[in-house]
Amino acid sequence: MNIDYSQFLNMIPEVTLMALLVIVFIADFATSQRAVIPTSNGEANSSSRAWFNPLVCLLMAAHIVINIFPTTASVAFGGMYYTNPSVGVIKTILALGALIVLIQSREWIQRPDTQFKEGEFYILIASTLLGMNMMVSANHFLLFFLGLEMASIPMACLVGLDKYRHNSAESAAKFVLTAAFSSGIMLYGISFIYGAMGTLYFDDIAAKITATPLTIMGMVFFFSGLGFKISLVPFHFWTADTYQGAPTTITGYLSVVSKGAAAFALCSILIKVFGPMVEYWQYMLFIVVVLSITIANLFAIRQRDLKRFMAFSSISQAGYIVLAIVGNSAMSYTTLSFYVLVYVVANMAVFSVISSIEEHNNGTVDMESYNGLYKTNPKLAFLMTIALFSLGGIPPFAGMFSKFFVFMSAVKGASLSTTSGVLAYSVVFIALINTVISLYYYLLIVKAMYIKPNEKPLPWFKSANSTKLALAICTAGIIMFGVFSMVYSWIDSASIASM
Amino acid sequence: MEYSYAFLILLLPFLSFLVLGLCGMKMKKPVAGFIGTIMLGSLFAMSLYTAYEYFFVIGRDAATGLYPTVTVFNFTWLKFTELLTFNIGFRLTPISVMMLIVITTVSFMVHIYSFGYMAERDDKYKFEEYEHGFQRFYAYLSLFTMSMLGLVVATNIFQMYMFWELVGVCSYLLIGFYYPKHSAVHASKKAFIVTRFADLFFLIGILFFSYYVGTFNYDMNANPELIGKLASVAAKYSWLLPSALFLMFIGGAGKSAMFPLHIWLPDAMEGPTPVSALIHAATMVVAGVYQVASLFPIWVQYAPNQLHWVAYIAAFTSFYAAAVACCQSDIKRGLAFSTISQIAYMLVALGVSYAVDNHEGGLGYMAGMFHLFTHAMFKALLFLCSGAIIVIIGSNFKQYMGGLHKYMPITNICFLIGCIAISGVWPLAGFFSKDEIVSACFEFSPFMGWFMTLVSGMTAFYMFRLYYVIFWGQSYYELDPENRKKPGEVPFVMWGPLVFLAIVSIFAGWIPFGHFVSATGQSMEIGLQHFEFTSVAWFSLLAAAIGIGLATWMYLPKNNPVPDMLAKKMPRLHKAALNRFYIDDAWQFFTHKIVFGCFSKPIAWFDRHVIDGTFNFMAWSAQEAGETIRPWQSGDVRSYAAWFLTGTVALTLILLCILS
Repeated sequence: MNIDYSQFLNMIPEVTLMALLVIVFIADFATSQRAVIPTSNGEANSSSRAWFNPLVCLLMAAHIVINIFPTTASVAFGGMYYTNPSVGVIKTILALGALIVLIQSREWIQRPDTQFKEGEFYILIASTLLGMNMMVSANHFLLFFLGLEMASIPMACLVGLDKYRHNSAESAAKFVLTAAFSSGIMLYGISFIYGAMGTLYFDDIAAKITATPLTIMGMVFFFSGLGFKISLVPFHFWTADTYQGAPTTITGYLSVVSKGAAAFALCSILIKVFGPMVEYWQYMLFIVVVLSITIANLFAIRQRDLKRFMAFSSISQAGYIVLAIVGNSAMSYTTLSFYVLVYVVANMAVFSVISSIEEHNNGTVDMESYNGLYKTNPKLAFLMTIALFSLGGIPPFAGMFSKFFVFMSAVKGASLSTTSGVLAYSVVFIALINTVISLYYYLLIVKAMYIKPNEKPLPWFKSANSTKLALAICTAGIIMFGVFSMVYSWIDSASIASM
Repeated sequence: MEYSYAFLILLLPFLSFLVLGLCGMKMKKPVAGFIGTIMLGSLFAMSLYTAYEYFFVIGRDAATGLYPTVTVFNFTWLKFTELLTFNIGFRLTPISVMMLIVITTVSFMVHIYSFGYMAERDDKYKFEEYEHGFQRFYAYLSLFTMSMLGLVVATNIFQMYMFWELVGVCSYLLIGFYYPKHSAVHASKKAFIVTRFADLFFLIGILFFSYYVGTFNYDMNANPELIGKLASVAAKYSWLLPSALFLMFIGGAGKSAMFPLHIWLPDAMEGPTPVSALIHAATMVVAGVYQVASLFPIWVQYAPNQLHWVAYIAAFTSFYAAAVACCQSDIKRGLAFSTISQIAYMLVALGVSYAVDNHEGGLGYMAGMFHLFTHAMFKALLFLCSGAIIVIIGSNFKQYMGGLHKYMPITNICFLIGCIAISGVWPLAGFFSKDEIVSACFEFSPFMGWFMTLVSGMTAFYMFRLYYVIFWGQSYYELDPENRKKPGEVPFVMWGPLVFLAIVSIFAGWIPFGHFVSATGQSMEIGLQHFEFTSVAWFSLLAAAIGIGLATWMYLPKNNPVPDMLAKKMPRLHKAALNRFYIDDAWQFFTHKIVFGCFSKPIAWFDRHVIDGTFNFMAWSAQEAGETIRPWQSGDVRSYAAWFLTGTVALTLILLCILS
């Protein structure tokens, strides 16, 4: 059998990512010392490879630059793989998220006791990203499943990367078990669809699918597998434990990039493949969105551990992301991608601050210890505040615009004379009320930092330059993405071109 | 493309604001000042070049014989929905080009002048918390210049509103510039609240307009489709356009200090004097005039009666302000009331127009714009002169002045030129513009004409009163030369701009303004510039002569008893005029007693009990619910799987129910 190698030209993002992976692998291999196991007091013989992190960041930046202009729509490998401008945009956004994670990870990964894992950390990040790219570009359920697993399994390794500290190992175990379980259910759903349709190609299914008990079951089972990745209620239970146990940088990665990829895949599959069943999945999304936003908010209010808190915050944000899909139009892609983009910068800013504080204060992630942070670290407290404001949706930060657009998308085309239209408006209304609740708990942190008195606030410290860079990128994004509409228009034009 | 550099006109001052605002604190004073001034110098050059290109190189459109409306760029800034889209653009019309020149000229002069003024003043405010006043000042000036330029080149009413608010903010920041002083803080708050209150009406007007017309655009030349839209809206809702326009005008009345919203402007004199010259005399306060002029075609066509209300309000304001100006003892406040009166002149000119025609009914448009131009120059001159005096004397009050002509010869001459110009004496600038306004008023109704002639006589009186009490009469220094500081001339950085503006004030009247700006856009001649004096011109010259003569008789001699005697003869009137006819007190009563008592208190109660109660209930229930569902998150993976499966099955069942 002959393979037409020119088909690889259609998948440049994957090719460049693969190239990155190989380069990093070789670089790591060529320069690594004999495996250095840390001694009990955390000292390692430091053969610090200071160039390694910048190299990877530069490669990732190059990957973004090469792929920043969205490609035209095309299909490759007999219809297994497809790409279009909006897929290109989401890939760029995901890569941007990964880049911020890489920049921000430097402080943590070059610590003596984790430094010997530096190479594998980068490779694992790159391979999850590659998996996510396959996931959003898949045009066939099996390729989709492969992409999903390719994103999941290295992710489990990442979660357990810090296995000698905290409960990293426990959280990795929980992640693996739940992932296996959800993959099983998802495959079960896919098999229903195959049974009903006789094919797994997206295009073929979309052409003839109708709502029957079998396809509905297939769709819901498939959806719950993705719901696990996006951590929607009731598939979210692993989130809090895993987020808490994982290294903070990885928690950030999990909460934005992994979630964004799965949400986009869900969006395109629901709209493209299950398009004829739109009224069913709209109801499904209504239920799940309301549950996710509300229940996660209720949990978040009670949290005192910042990482657990961010886990519930991310579940609630996932609800907003998925709400964008309800509109079932080109605007869904736009608003979803834009929401993910804004969420990437805002959430990564929060995680950068958390991780920086954790690194300098013996792993403190307790909300109590943030009391009076403003007195000692005013800049950090201020950036954290901006990021939290954006997450809460306070103008003029980008978060307000992304929420507004999601709500717009959700009620687009909904008329109050139909049941689903009324439902769409009610869901948006509930989401609005929940914004107030979410604002309350985001402001709890702000209040802790600025107002609450503290005898012994965290001492002043100087963040590493890499953390500063990550924070600068994030803050710039939070401010610019909202006020400069070019970003939104750029995503919008890509989505319209892809329809 | 032509004008491709135009974006720099907005970008440069913004960049300079960012640089000075973020890093200015680390710079030395002169460096910060130089950055701001050089930026403004280049803006000034660019504006002149733009005007040259616009009026002379590209010139009139061959087909229509008009200066074209050029939209240099107009990009979508925020797009919320198809209809709710905000654009930011850059539009050149004859009046916006004229405004570019006015703003950059005055701003440039103020930048230079401030080197001297602010350096001296800064020394007076050496509080610990009041560091870097100089750098901050230049940062604000840049921001103000950017906002004002953005306002005049606005392609749509929303952009205008946005920059309108920005200039309001800058005005607030600059009035309260000496924030250790309580009076400055109060004045800045007052200015902000009063103009913001008026802007609320502007916003409501914009919302009415855009909701019914379906666009934020207001320029019929740049957007031909607007003509049809306006016509159909006017046919359907006859009340709409007049009310929308009048609501917008209320916003303009707030900014341009029309009675009874003028109360903030005299207090705004707490700001540094260069700011008073730039913002509160030449540029920002004429934003209301500019707004009415920009919407002029719509006003004339769809709301001519309401336009005349504008004229009546403005005419009353001009008289009222002139009356108050006659007995102010703070020289800056005297000038402030004079500004109110003169802006009212411009609005009268616009308001008495009743047709888009250069001679029949549309003369006022040209006259108002002409007066805006000349007034900006000579009023900035007068303010900068008063700033020079304040720097030397160290006080705003006339009793510390007197006899300064010996000590400050250059300032003396410049101030005198400003006074002659504003009084409307041939051949200085004010004569031509003011006389066109009075002619337009006579065309409208004889009463209005005589009334405005009277006000112009009063103008001459109070300006020369001010001049004499400052520069002639009994010298405060000479009363006790041993213990008092000897006044002297200001340094070159300060008198240089004065001389420049004085020269402009002398010759600006001879600019053939009607060729550039007129109601129809066609070229028109200003008869006075060809020595065709009408009876109107003679009458206003006579009024000016009487005003000047009276002032000379009363205030030139040392210790003339006449003014005191008059004040004693009419104590009530004098006291009322001193207290600005109690308008401030009326507002105080209105806001504190009526608004706070009748509206704010019940609303506050509702807010505290009903709204807060609702949210407290939500918070309480959320807390409780959070506590209740806490056990779900047990940490037990098997129970997680059970929930997962339950959720999936439940969803399937629900969807199957919908199917059947």
